[in-house]
Amino acid sequence: MSTAADNAPYIIAGWAAVAGGIGAYVAVLVRRGRALSAQVPADRRRWSTTPAEGSVR
Amino acid sequence: MTAPATSDAELAPAPAAGADGGPRGTGSTATRALGAVVLAGAAALAGLGLFGTPEDVVQGALVRLLYIHPQAATTAYIGCFLTTVGSGVYLWRRSVWWDLVALASAEIGALFTALALITGSLWGRPAWGTYWVWDARLTSTAMLMLLLLGYLALRKLPGDTDVRARQAAVLGLLLLPNVILVRQSVVWWRTLHQLPTLDVTGTNISGLQLFTMMLGFAVFAVLFVWLLMHRFRVAWLERQRDEVLVDEAIRARVAEGSGR
Amino acid sequence: MFRDVALVAGKDLRIEWRSRVGINQIGPFAVLVLVLFAFALDPDRGVLAKATPGLYWIAVLLCGLLAIQRAFAVEVADGATDALRLSGIEPAALFLGKTLAVAAQLLVLAALLLVGVAVLYSATLGGWPLLMATVVSASVGIAGAGTLYGVLAAGLRVRETLLPLLLLPVLAPVLIGATRAFEAALAGTPADGWPWFGWLAVFAVIYLVAGAALFGPLLEEA
Repeated sequence: MSTAADNAPYIIAGWAAVAGGIGAYVAVLVRRGRALSAQVPADRRRWSTTPAEGSVR
Repeated sequence: MTAPATSDAELAPAPAAGADGGPRGTGSTATRALGAVVLAGAAALAGLGLFGTPEDVVQGALVRLLYIHPQAATTAYIGCFLTTVGSGVYLWRRSVWWDLVALASAEIGALFTALALITGSLWGRPAWGTYWVWDARLTSTAMLMLLLLGYLALRKLPGDTDVRARQAAVLGLLLLPNVILVRQSVVWWRTLHQLPTLDVTGTNISGLQLFTMMLGFAVFAVLFVWLLMHRFRVAWLERQRDEVLVDEAIRARVAEGSGR
Repeated sequence: MFRDVALVAGKDLRIEWRSRVGINQIGPFAVLVLVLFAFALDPDRGVLAKATPGLYWIAVLLCGLLAIQRAFAVEVADGATDALRLSGIEPAALFLGKTLAVAAQLLVLAALLLVGVAVLYSATLGGWPLLMATVVSASVGIAGAGTLYGVLAAGLRVRETLLPLLLLPVLAPVLIGATRAFEAALAGTPADGWPWFGWLAVFAVIYLVAGAALFGPLLEEA
């Protein structure tokens, strides 16, 4: 088994990939949600009440 | 390295109400609470996983990747499972709700599958000396990624919402069986070749390391739920927006007609 | 039910026979694929001979993909899907009929390619019972999955690019199983290959059942 110093780049890259990947996805998701909710009237996006099945139509 | 914590800074958007009194964005009390849990958990996981835990006797520092890699893979398979369940319920009950759950979990599943493959390769390079081996687990995860990409490609196509939802539901329902079929065939093929089983979990793990691994599973699970809620709401908003646009178009036509 | 299946299969095969697309285009393409493999893998170094089972099944998959695309291009072109829907034939019977037609074409294709590898790659074919059983079960499996995914993609404008992406990962177990069975048959150890035939049969049955059950929702009007 190689030493800790040899493996450090792989460990950092792995954690960075996970953090960066999730972070980027979250950023896109939150931004998309904000942009979309500006286009939808408030009574159609109340998260406090669970949308009943089929009520979309 | 505390990157997971900083990257999750967006998890809890400020509780601001829109001008019309409705919630702004896809956050709610529930998601903000979950977001706070994820943030705290990610910080703890990063602290323990990168600094707080000792190196492994066999794996050395590489054990630090085992605090995120199996967790990402497990979460990916949960997403895949949920897609199949959602698709099945949609075909059975035709409920829009489950259709959107299937879509949301497929997309999040694809994200975690990609992360599992990346972290797996990064673990494999120093541990096995190669980024990739044709091991059953690796191969079936790669195939899961391809199947998910196909599903998402179909979902991105424009067209009639109901038709697309039915097509996606058939694909989604077959997702899990396909992964199982692929996995089984690769397992039999590789065992016939008498390849040594590469077992990631076969290391001597101490109490704190085990705790960190379990913490990782918990953090990823809560993160999955958090992402699922937001992604579901984005998909829901997209539907609503399309309907609003249609309603407006109809009203405009009606106004045109009555103005004459 | 069986009459309907035969009716649909007969209709599809008659269309294929009269249009001659299979004979004029897909058949030559199959031979072309075999020739291209020979260019890529030097025949004199023995790579070709060693890889023959795998190359054979890749060729079957690629040509089968064309045949499946073709089977649904015909339906979509003249709005024939609507006519099928209105014909009152059960979706399951429709699915089985179309699968039967595709499987029949795949069998012809597989036979052609078998002659091709025997002649061009000087492969010594042996273990005929296993060879035949593998070809039949793999063809039915490919046809079943192909028909299900084919009708799914049929109405889409991007079907030519989407279908391979959707279908080929699903057919990976068939490729693995059929190749292993062929390797065993050609190596003269058919006992190693029969379990793989069983695997192919299981795959075929799963997709016949799934297709018969799921064809209905895919045919429904918007």
